[in-house]
This record gives sequence, structure tokens and C-alpha cells, in this order.
Amino acid sequence: MPTDVKIKKGLRLNLKGEATKTFEQAEKSKTIALRPANFYSLVPKMVLKEGAKLKAGDEVFFSKYSDKTRVVSPVSGTLKEVRRGAKRKILDVIIEADETQEYKDFGVMDPLKSDSSEVKERIFSTGLGILLNQRPYNVPANADDTPKAIYISAYNTAPLTGSAEFILKDRVEFFQAGINALTKLTGGIVYLGVDKQSASFLKDIENVEVLNISGPHPAGNVGTLIHETEPMNRGERVWTVNPEDVAIIGEQFKTGKYNAQRTVAVTGTSAKNRLYFKTIAGSEVKSVLKDFEDNSRIISGNVLTGEKVEADGYLNFFANELTVIPEGNEYRMFGWLPFKDNNIHSMSKTSLSWLFPKKKYEVNTNINGEERALVVTGEMEEVMPLDIFPMQLIKACMAGDIEKMESLGIYEVVPEDFALIDYTNTSKIEAQSIIRSGLDIMLTEVG
Amino acid sequence: MNWIRQKIDQVKEPFEPGNKLEKYRPAINALDTFLFVPDHTTKKGAHIRDAVDLKRTMITVVIALIPALVFGMWNAGYQHYIQLGETPAILEAILHGAYKIVPMIVVSYGVGLGLEFAFAIMRGHEVNEGYLVTGLLIPMIMPIDIPLWMVALSVIFAVLIGKEAFGGTGMNILNPALTARAFAFFAYPTYMSGNKIWVSEASNVDSISGETILGSLAANKEIGYNTAEMFTGIIPGSISETSTLCIAAGALILILTKVGSWRIILSGLIGAAVMGLIFNALNIEGNGLTNFPWYQHIIVGGFAFGIVFMATDPVSAAQTTRGKWIYGFLIGLFGIMIRVFNPAYPEGIMLSILLLNVFAPTIDHYVIQGNVKKRQNRLQMKTVKTA
Repeated sequence: MPTDVKIKKGLRLNLKGEATKTFEQAEKSKTIALRPANFYSLVPKMVLKEGAKLKAGDEVFFSKYSDKTRVVSPVSGTLKEVRRGAKRKILDVIIEADETQEYKDFGVMDPLKSDSSEVKERIFSTGLGILLNQRPYNVPANADDTPKAIYISAYNTAPLTGSAEFILKDRVEFFQAGINALTKLTGGIVYLGVDKQSASFLKDIENVEVLNISGPHPAGNVGTLIHETEPMNRGERVWTVNPEDVAIIGEQFKTGKYNAQRTVAVTGTSAKNRLYFKTIAGSEVKSVLKDFEDNSRIISGNVLTGEKVEADGYLNFFANELTVIPEGNEYRMFGWLPFKDNNIHSMSKTSLSWLFPKKKYEVNTNINGEERALVVTGEMEEVMPLDIFPMQLIKACMAGDIEKMESLGIYEVVPEDFALIDYTNTSKIEAQSIIRSGLDIMLTEVG
Repeated sequence: MNWIRQKIDQVKEPFEPGNKLEKYRPAINALDTFLFVPDHTTKKGAHIRDAVDLKRTMITVVIALIPALVFGMWNAGYQHYIQLGETPAILEAILHGAYKIVPMIVVSYGVGLGLEFAFAIMRGHEVNEGYLVTGLLIPMIMPIDIPLWMVALSVIFAVLIGKEAFGGTGMNILNPALTARAFAFFAYPTYMSGNKIWVSEASNVDSISGETILGSLAANKEIGYNTAEMFTGIIPGSISETSTLCIAAGALILILTKVGSWRIILSGLIGAAVMGLIFNALNIEGNGLTNFPWYQHIIVGGFAFGIVFMATDPVSAAQTTRGKWIYGFLIGLFGIMIRVFNPAYPEGIMLSILLLNVFAPTIDHYVIQGNVKKRQNRLQMKTVKTA
């Protein structure tokens, strides 16, 4: 029996610039970047030297703290360059892709007919482990843990995001195989969140508990699903996986090949060719984005949680969308007057935009004000469906008070759960980065 | 518009980082951002932001105060003229009121904003907009004849001791505007209470009583006003607190724009009504205040103004939803209780709000503790199950 996950608090942001649901093969990216920063908290130790030849699936680097956390190459080619920053910190590992791709053969394996220890060994030794994320802290999963449950959300409620249902529609078989493998990793349940409204193939996936999601964003956030089913307690571990990564895992089990295919929905009003591009994880931005307006911001990910990238940079390893919106570096005269500039969306009733909930808005990156002291109360709660006091938790994180953070539920949240607070709060504080700093303290002090 | 922008950028040049007036940047920024929303773009976190900001929120409160302010001006003039036996035209009354009130507002903003700017420059942060509201509230709750230097001293006390000593905007425990009034009240009681201060220049006129309704009640005298006059506010009192009608209009603006908490306002009304009903039920003979009908308790004195504009100050109020209900209810309850039991001072709402300001963090603490307990119990259940 599918379970319903229904939330009321939150905000559905209707923005202009959605991607048309058509697949297009992206231009082949000449180079691929593996960026340790995409795998939060991972400190890389290189396996290969510059100039080394590799196949898709060959190990490139592993975590300094666990040699089972490995990052493998998504393409075959040559390790061209290791770019380093201050204190020789590795920023990017650039791999030049071959014309024709060669894959390392990991052999075929049916997870349902295998031991859980075999499946786990396979996932972590072949570099698939990096696709699994751990809660709390939102860091790569640790091979020594057994999570109490695994969560996949195939319904992204954030604005201008790629539809997981569409991305997966021709890879159902691989997705199912991936799910089968994941069931072997946990003693508990594998949950799959889907849109309650849609009658998609996702509801027929086996070996999972389907969660029918309804409500405004962040209904589809994994954090919301966890909170509504098995809330996190101190000391517990839960793993989360992006839907497309489940298919990558499944494909590797079924065919023996590590095919890091990443479907990227190009969205946002400043992008001209808004389609779903099939490319490889970590590809060059220009392989999917050629034509866009000047003075734009390119975001790998969505407008709420994505990462700012340059036009000649690389895609975030995990992001399923590339959003291009205008930079808002313009002055607005008397823009602070109530009920002025109603074309800018606001959740506050001091703008008339709330009268048109269905209207699609064009957005830019202007802050629409300046950072101020925390004055207004009660507004954060309106976009926080979790049973958490957001303002108090933010203050505890700012103070670095471990005991307080713990008692207020820091283990249950990750920065993306606070993305709407970033967006809506009157004082323009950076809630996501404050929560991240709180999580960092917990990670080093408690672990 | 572009040339204005260019002119401003020119003026701002010496204040830019690296130039010699860099230290005074917050002051020039505060002025600039009143003309233009800056061109700043997001650096961290979400890439897009809501249109609302603190300026907009605070200006909404100022707009909500305007009906009560304009009425206060008119009423100040009207009360002044009728004690002389004249009936003034509307404009004449407003002009007399403005003549008294505008200098107070100028002093309040001048002194208060001066201090705010000084602290912003000293601490190197931007000027917070909160004082736009505080600076208007302070004159609005003073008696009409208070000397300007007292207004200035009260403002200095409120900003320095009430706010900056605690770390500035967002950190203060007490409502700054009420702190100013409490300071004036305890420092200069002869200017802040009695029966000769509520009507403009009443002390020059003999034998005319300009007493407030609560003052008359405390002295067990007859009151010469009916419910309609109490509600519309054509009665003596502090400048802007008399008209429940205009305050209700302001309350409507605050509630519709969600800038003020309807929970605090509603629970405050309930609290006051409950206390009023209790006193009415006791039916003590010879005590005018206990027998004063509960609904009239709500429309006279500073209660309505306090609960709508002071109690809802988000910084000094309770911050949790449940906390706001408790906080508002207790303000109403204590407000009427102090009013009835305190013979020295017939109005209790100021003290009641300040008292609950102090207790608001405690109320929040227990509300939050409920959430913390839930989390602990969940963990305990889990440990028991696995053990």
C-alpha cells in the first residue's frame, strides 16, 4: 500500500523558463571534470598521475579517510590535469575524453540473487558508493555503515527542475535493477517518493515502498520524506540517492559498464534552447549550453540550491538541471515601497503578487534589499514543513552551540531544507550556509 | 532616473572601500538605499530572493500608524479648543495638533536616527530600519504638552539602554518605544500623569477638567463620555492612543499585510475581556474601575494602541506561534489587572507589555522545550526497542 506524504507549509514557485520535454543528445564534451567539492567533505588522494590513460570506471581518486569511498572516471581518456588551489588542495581533476568510449567490464550481477555483502562490496569497490549520500550531514555514504533506510525522491518540487519521471522513462529496467541492488544495502525499507497526481511507471516499481507526495515545495525534498516516515534520531544513518543515479547503479549491475549518463534539463528565461540534454556527469557547460543572453547567471542545479558555474566551466556532478537567469545587478528606484514592483514574486502580503498564485514569474538574482538583523518572526515557519523551529536552529548554528543544535534537530536537516527560508526571509540572511556551517561543526565534533 | 543614479554614485565615491571616508559608509548607504534598492546580487545560498525586505516591512507599520497619528493631531487641537469653549474647524484643530506634535516627531527622529547612524558607523554594520517605527511611536504615546527635551532624553535612554546596550536591533529585550515612555513616566511623573496634562495647554485654564476616563474612574468620579465617544476617541489622553477606530484601521493593515501578528492582537483582546468580565462579575461596590464594563475597558486608555502597535513588535514579543498566544493573552490579562489594582497609575498596559517582554523568552523556552522533549522521547523509545 503506498503511503501518502502530504504537506501544507511551503511555497510553490511558478517560474518562467521551463524546459520542453524533448531529449536531445548533447555535443560531446572534450573534457570532463571531477571536482572533489561536488562530493562534500571528501579529501581526495589521487590514484593516477597526470598523463595516465584510463577507461570509464577506472578509479581516479579516493577519500583520505576511507579507501572504500572511491571516485571513478565517467569517461575513457587521458588524465590531463590536476588543478590545485591554496595549500595544494585539489580543485578539479580534468580528464580528456577519447573519441570512442571504452568501458571497464565489472561483469554482470543480479543483485536479487546475490548476498547483501557481495552487493555492498561491488557497489563500493567499483565507485558506485559515491552516488550514495548520507544523512545526517549530507556527505558521501560510509561503506562501514548499514543505513536504517534508503530514500529516493523522484518528484522534484523545486522551481525549474528536471522531471525525474521523464529522465527515467527509457531506463525503467535499469532503474528497477538499481533499486534491487539498494534493497541489499539496508536492513530497512527503500522508499521511493513520486508525484501523487501522476500515474507513472514509477508507481509500479517493485521492492520499494512508494510514497505519494502532494503539496508545495519542499514536499519532494528527501528531508521531508524522511521526516514524514522515519524521522532521524541521533546516531542513525540514512542514505539517499538521486533517481538518475539509481539507474546508473542498475545499468552497471546489468551490463557491467559504468555509464555515468547525466540528463540535464536546460531551464531559465535567459537560456535559448530549453531541452533535456543527455550528456556525461561532469561535462563542460558549453556542451549543453551554447546560446544564452548576456549578463546572465548560469546555475548548475536549480535556483534555490544550485551552484554558480561559468560558461566555460563544468557541470555539477549530480545536477539534473542547468538554470540560466538574468543577473539582477540593477538599481530599482523606491523599490522598497509596499505594493510597488508587483512583478517581482513575494510571499509577503506587502506585495500584490500573492493575488496571482498561478502566474509564472520571471526572476533575477537581485537580493531585493540588504542583509539586516533578524527581526520578523513567524515567516520561516510558514515554509518549514518539518517539526523544527527554524529560527532557533539557525541561531544555534550561528552560535555553534552543539547541544542546542542537537536538541533542536540538526540531524534531521540539510541545507536544501532551508532553501525556501533563504528565499523568503525578510532579513536576507543566508540560512543554507548557516545550516551548512552548523552541520560542519557537528561533523567534526560528533561525527 | 539614470542621472540621479550617476549623481549619487559620484557623491558616494569618497565613501567607497579604500577611500578616506570609508568609515562613514553605513550612513551614506542608509540614505542611498532609501532612493534605490541596491544592485546587489546573491552570493551564497538561493540564487533568487523574495521582493520583501525590512524597509518594506517597517514602512508598512508606519503607514498603519498614520490614521491614529492624524486623528491624534486633530483630537489634540479639538480638545484644546473645546476647553476654551470654542468649536474649531477640522483644519484649525489639526494645525494646532501639528504645531505641538510635529516638533516632537522631528526631535524623536533627529536624536534617535543620529544615535542609530553613530552606532552603525561605530560597529560597521548597515543602519537598521526599526527606528523608523520606534521614532514615530515615541511621540504618539506621550502627553501633548511634554517638553521637547524630555522627548529627547527619553529617546536617548531608549536607544542606548533599551536597545544598543543589548547588542542593537533584533537583540533588545524590551520594546524601545515603551522603554522611552516608561523612562519619562518614572523620571518626570508630574509631566506624565495627573489631570492637567492630557489636554493641550490645560494648565493655563482653570476649573476645566481634562482628565482621562481612567483617571476619573480611579478617583471614583462620574465620566462624561459615552461608548461611541470612547470608540472614536474624542476624549483626552496620550496623543494617538484615544481613537480605537483609527487603531483598528491600523490593525487591519498590519493583519492583512501579515506584518503584525493577529494572534497576539486577538489573544490580547481575549485576555483583556476575560479579566474585565471577572471584575464585572465580582461586582465590588464603590470601585468604579472594577464595575467599568469589560468592552469599555478595551476601548479606553492605551490598551488598543498597546496591543496593536507595541505588543506585536516581533523582537520583544514571543517568537513561537504558541508562545504568541500565551504572550498576548497575558498582556491583556495583566493590563486590565494593573489598571484596576494600581491606584497610583490608572493605565496598566505599558507596564503589562514591558513585563511580558521580559517573560517572552521564558514562554518561548517552554514552547520549544516541548519540541525538544518530543525528539528525546523518540530517541528513548528507539533505544528501548533495540535494547
